[in-house]
Amino acid sequence: MMESNSQNQTDVIIVGAGPVGLFAVFELGLLDLKAHLIDILPKVGGQCAELYPEKPIYDIPAYPVITGQDLTDRLMEQIKPFGPTFHLNQMVETLEREGDLWKLTTDMGQVLCAPVIVIAAGGGSFMPKKPPIAGIEAYEGKSVFYAVRRMEQFRDRSLVIAGGGDSALDWALNLQPIVQKLTLVHRRDDWRAAPDSVRRMKELVAAGKMDLQIANITGIKGENGQVEAVVTDKGDLPCDRFLAFYGLTMKLGPVANFGLNLHENLISVDTEKFQTSAKGVFAIGDICHYPGKLKLILSGFHEAALMSQEAFRICRPDQKLRFQYTTSSSDLQKKLGVA
Amino acid sequence: MKIIAIDQSGQRHELEALEGWRIMEIIRDYGLPIKAECGGCCCCATCHVYVAPEWLSKLVPPNPEEEDLLLDAPDTKANSRLSCQILMSAELDGIEVVLAESAKP
Repeated sequence: MMESNSQNQTDVIIVGAGPVGLFAVFELGLLDLKAHLIDILPKVGGQCAELYPEKPIYDIPAYPVITGQDLTDRLMEQIKPFGPTFHLNQMVETLEREGDLWKLTTDMGQVLCAPVIVIAAGGGSFMPKKPPIAGIEAYEGKSVFYAVRRMEQFRDRSLVIAGGGDSALDWALNLQPIVQKLTLVHRRDDWRAAPDSVRRMKELVAAGKMDLQIANITGIKGENGQVEAVVTDKGDLPCDRFLAFYGLTMKLGPVANFGLNLHENLISVDTEKFQTSAKGVFAIGDICHYPGKLKLILSGFHEAALMSQEAFRICRPDQKLRFQYTTSSSDLQKKLGVA
Repeated sequence: MKIIAIDQSGQRHELEALEGWRIMEIIRDYGLPIKAECGGCCCCATCHVYVAPEWLSKLVPPNPEEEDLLLDAPDTKANSRLSCQILMSAELDGIEVVLAESAKP
């Protein structure tokens, strides 16, 4: 066993904090297994929260209708007694075996160890979509960015932000106080963002603290990866940093390099334990594949329950697994804080 | 009712269509290479298709959200549409679409 990382050692590490990853915390918690969750998004809920928070879902048992955000909120309430630890805004980069444990490392340098890994990563990692601007690759990571990792890299810069959603507006509001000049560009004066953010942005524009340009971006000018201007149909916008928020798309990402057996970009599992080709590594929800698999949230919940049984056997090899119902077991009710 | 779908490798498929279904759902149901990651919410552009020009006038015009998403897709043309926004009906029987490269899973 590893002593040095004991503070980052837990029973189960769940990759993905979507509905299925969240419900896995509940099923594991009933068996006294502690969980950490890692997600690339800055919030929990996965696709439900990112792609369709307001969209009604009609096939969650006992909810004739529930939105993606409400489902997420209810799951968070349901797993609260089990006190999961969240590591948000981080992408898992590597999975390695170290002694009796699995070791996960994220792109933020976080290292977590556990005997059981559960991959509940849905359609994969949410990654920024590239704007359709010819030649933009040469500037990426130098003066053009699709996400903000450190705000300091924009201090005293002349910044152009493109986009009309929450990411564009949130970063415009957060970065405005530290940049030298800020221009927000969007195609139309129509925003898909929190009304309060839109109001605050317009106040800053009215006060002359930032510029708003309603225009179509058609190109980029610069040299050696250093942007000099963003080109629009209304003229050039001089700048030395360009942040583009064109939405997110899902890619399998580093999970593809974990050495697990794959089936067309999905992870192959058995249908008894939902274990992958590596012992102690499980896959549940949309990312797993087996004959007859349906990509439904409710299928993921079932997979989480069965996975938890085997996770217990791996984490507590000396203990007997007892199957109990929450309706009658005072032991479970105590764990849930209702007894 | 039929849909003619030509996949990214140029292969032609004749698909049995059902009234009221989104074309994206029919293409996906046949297992053709279409990502459709948002599942028909009109928020991702990964069900992007090119509609054969003679069928364009029969379609309900795109809403502003669909227009925005198509403007941001890397391979948009004049006859681009999101196939999740096309509902199958009798007057679209035989419609021909080509799956865009950006719709590949």
